[in-house]
Amino acid sequence: MSYIATTDAERQEMLKICGVSSVADLFADIPSDVAPKSFNLPEGKSELDLHCHFRELAGRNKPLTLNFFGGGFYDHFVPAAVDALVSRSEFYTAYTPYQPELSQGTLQAIYEYQTAICRLTNMDVANASLYDGGTALYEACQMAIHATRRNRIVIDGGLNPVYRKMLYSYTANLHINLADCVPVIHGHCDRSYIMDTLDESTAAVVLQNPNFFGVVDDHTDIVEYCHKHGILVIQVIYPIAAALLKTPGEMGVDIAVGEGQSLGLPLSFGGPYLGIMATTKKQVRRMPGRIAGRTVDKKGREAFVLTLQAREQHIRREKATSNICTNEALCALRAQIYLSLLGKNGLKEVAQLCAAKAEYAKQQLNKIKDVEVMRASPTFNEFTVKLPRSAKEVVNAMLAKNVAPGLPLGRFYDDMDEYMLVAVTEKRTKAQIDQLAEALESELCQ
Amino acid sequence: MTPADRKYGKSHEWVKIDGDIAIIGISDHAQETLGDITFVDLPTIGQTLEKGGECGVIESVKAASDLYSPISGDITEVNTALEEEPEIINKDPYEGGWILKIKGSKSEELDELLDSESYDKSIQKE
Amino acid sequence: MSVIYKKSVKDRRGVKLPAPDVPAEPAIPESCLRAEDAELCELSELDVVRHFTELSRKNFGVDTGFYPLGSCTMKYNPKILETIANIPAFHDAHPFLPQFSGGSAHVQANLEVLYNLERALSEITGMKEFSLQPLAGAHGELTGMMVIAAYHNDKGNKKTEVLIPDEAHGTNPSSAAIAGYEVKAVPTNMETGMLDLDALRSMIGDQTAAVMLTNPNTLGIFNSEIQELVEIAHEYDAQVYYDGANLNAVLGKFRPGDAGFDVMHVNLHKTFGTPHGGGGPGSGPVGVREHLADFLPISRVVKHKNNDYSLDYGQPKSIGYIAPFYGNYAICLQAYAYIVALGKQGLIDVSENAVLNANYLMNLLKDDFDLPLDRACMHEFVLSAKKQVEHGVRALDIAKALIDEGFHPPTVYFPLIVKEALMIEPVETESRETLDSFAATMKKIARMAEKDPESLLATPSTTSVCRPDEVKAAKDMDFSYKG
Repeated sequence: MSYIATTDAERQEMLKICGVSSVADLFADIPSDVAPKSFNLPEGKSELDLHCHFRELAGRNKPLTLNFFGGGFYDHFVPAAVDALVSRSEFYTAYTPYQPELSQGTLQAIYEYQTAICRLTNMDVANASLYDGGTALYEACQMAIHATRRNRIVIDGGLNPVYRKMLYSYTANLHINLADCVPVIHGHCDRSYIMDTLDESTAAVVLQNPNFFGVVDDHTDIVEYCHKHGILVIQVIYPIAAALLKTPGEMGVDIAVGEGQSLGLPLSFGGPYLGIMATTKKQVRRMPGRIAGRTVDKKGREAFVLTLQAREQHIRREKATSNICTNEALCALRAQIYLSLLGKNGLKEVAQLCAAKAEYAKQQLNKIKDVEVMRASPTFNEFTVKLPRSAKEVVNAMLAKNVAPGLPLGRFYDDMDEYMLVAVTEKRTKAQIDQLAEALESELCQ
Repeated sequence: MTPADRKYGKSHEWVKIDGDIAIIGISDHAQETLGDITFVDLPTIGQTLEKGGECGVIESVKAASDLYSPISGDITEVNTALEEEPEIINKDPYEGGWILKIKGSKSEELDELLDSESYDKSIQKE
Repeated sequence: MSVIYKKSVKDRRGVKLPAPDVPAEPAIPESCLRAEDAELCELSELDVVRHFTELSRKNFGVDTGFYPLGSCTMKYNPKILETIANIPAFHDAHPFLPQFSGGSAHVQANLEVLYNLERALSEITGMKEFSLQPLAGAHGELTGMMVIAAYHNDKGNKKTEVLIPDEAHGTNPSSAAIAGYEVKAVPTNMETGMLDLDALRSMIGDQTAAVMLTNPNTLGIFNSEIQELVEIAHEYDAQVYYDGANLNAVLGKFRPGDAGFDVMHVNLHKTFGTPHGGGGPGSGPVGVREHLADFLPISRVVKHKNNDYSLDYGQPKSIGYIAPFYGNYAICLQAYAYIVALGKQGLIDVSENAVLNANYLMNLLKDDFDLPLDRACMHEFVLSAKKQVEHGVRALDIAKALIDEGFHPPTVYFPLIVKEALMIEPVETESRETLDSFAATMKKIARMAEKDPESLLATPSTTSVCRPDEVKAAKDMDFSYKG
């Protein structure tokens, strides 16, 4: 394929105007001794061949019949209107709204998205998006470090282990200390353990609600304790759950971050996702990323612009709050369209359906001989079950039969080999949950 | 008119001595270059500054500029009025738009700074 | 048009969800529930569709018209890429699947795409290995800097500084600083438009961890002294970083790996045709020479003899996880499809036509606008509104006047080293008529600047807003609707 309009005849005339005789002359600055040693690529394909090629390639994936994988990344229902609207090319073929007159659509949508995130979390301000939940968490830690002028971050054991690993990578070469609290499987975070781990050099504690094991909690007491000691609280949220659960704002959390994939984004094998970040008025200038603000134009008409840009890399260079430039604008747009369609009652119903179906799944799985559902603490849409043998073996065997029953926790924690994390969304039907219970039971009988 | 009652740093700060206190702000030329100022990040009282040390950030819509102390000393006061109305610096850079006060500076450091006449010459060259 | 929350009508619904088919009730205690429902809007599906359709009409994209935003490579995004990204097998795959031996079979297609894209990028750039994980260009820069830091730490090198040309994108100094390094700016020689090698020599030393270079640079100039530069850096074991933001200019003409660059990133959303999304998502794969391959992020895609693919997590020297999974997969898929569609000659044509279009347009405009570097350019060039400023018309006013003529303005006020800069990147997919009509409009604006500067200061008048008050926005900090 070629998407170039210029014909050979036009090219000749254009070269003449450039004062050169061939296209090669335009590349004269490239020294001949660095000419490519190789450029061995196949020739191109027609659109028809291309489509066939990729359809065929996609056929290499063995389809699943049942899927209860979660771990922070969920298979939620996406209304058709989300795809239809986000496919408007005025949105997706534009770039960062540097020229507000030509970007009022993107800018107003970001402003509305920021509003939705504030209302969902009860936080004062939200930014236009970051890459994903994990990078948003790292940025939140940096904010806390700058705000407190301390350099230690305490991580609760309920944090998604993927995010924990990301924090370790990002801080490896910096003067930042990370302190882990042991994960309490299927339970609330261990208050006394956290409080014992906090010290005078601690900038922030990182909590997650619901935590990685699906357990819901009220962190107000931890927040109060931390604030007494000048420590900020960062909470990782799950935006669908936020429609139901006590919000970070209600708990007094300083920075709320989370993965926005559940808000109308496909799983897409890991991305693009959406980093949500919201904070208090007090921390707004430390918040990285783009922010849309409402103002008026020359004639007093309502207008939207990117604002507080003086914090950003294109102006502050090495002193910027973050190096982020391109963010996830289209993903934030998806989230805002999704939230607008579901609305106040719809989003809450999604959350209720998830929780109710998960409760049902707990009951069904608990009936299986030698399977124990961890029920000591309340959960949202994900829960842990203890199997009579290695969960990894069970899950691998079931995957071979096209069933993804849940994530074996031994993948993330050495001492949890027998545990499996099961996620249920509103898309899972009662029949599918019953099938999962049957499939697990029959697998365990073998 | 660039006031003659004070000294100027090359990075466009002014210092005015008032007894044992030195008052610091930015010049009219500096505020004009920055444009409409939207935020001043004030330093903390009690902080000890080296000569040339960073003591705040001034932000406008399209620029951000670090403030460097032209002399050393301990910060005794900051202009909190700028928190609400940073535009005072645009309107009145030499009086109402002062930024911080410091104590304990060395008089020889002042001698190294420019007087108003040499400062005016230096900005004409830019 | 009013914000969506103003349109909300109590109890109106957009989406009907299925009735619960399970007997169980949620068992979450009161103390863990929110006090009040989140005040999201309450609208019908049509209300929402109309709202966002209207918003889209207030936007300008590549599909709307010419978008010569310098340094951003606003090329046409072939529609077939979207179709491919939406094939359910790619689109629905759960990212945890390949982390279990039994799950890999369910995502072989996804893994094959990643593997093939890595190989294609290696061939295109001459770098030995690639990681597709970085989620944007700046994220790639940071990842590259982390790889460099890990390399120096592994060797016991004590490095504190990174040298970056003063014309570089702001992300370069910012990324290096966030990776823990001090940043020093190397001046540009404005005679040649290239980094001043003597200045580099005087600044570099054992403390230098890396030199970052964008080539062609933000002035659109290819640095023909790169080999010398690479040699100077390597004398001190400083790693040379190639910012691939402008790789679209040199496909098939130059490979950073051949010239000795150690690390680079590629912006898939610039060079390889994926949409810019109104500011993302992007993708910024990082490529390295062999000596840095062990430090790349976890995990790596492996191809087995039986043509099966899996992920390798056993890399003891790796910098670790920099993204939750394997990068912005859907973007990688589209970029891979773009490379397969264009093929070898198609990619060469991209650069040849991008560079031709830029030189052509520069030649059409250079009599009317100041051209700080009057020499052949690569894929973009920088004009200055110096001549127009004499009449009180600034680069910003020219930008706004272009809006009324149906064009997206170029990048203005960047690079910082050119006063009143207008940075123009016409890209390869634009036709000669488009370039001619843009040039004619620019000439018209230049004449207006002389004859009737006032009229330009009042532009744009064709849009729903004109020159929003940015000072008010920064001071009021109205970031969410309170009504």
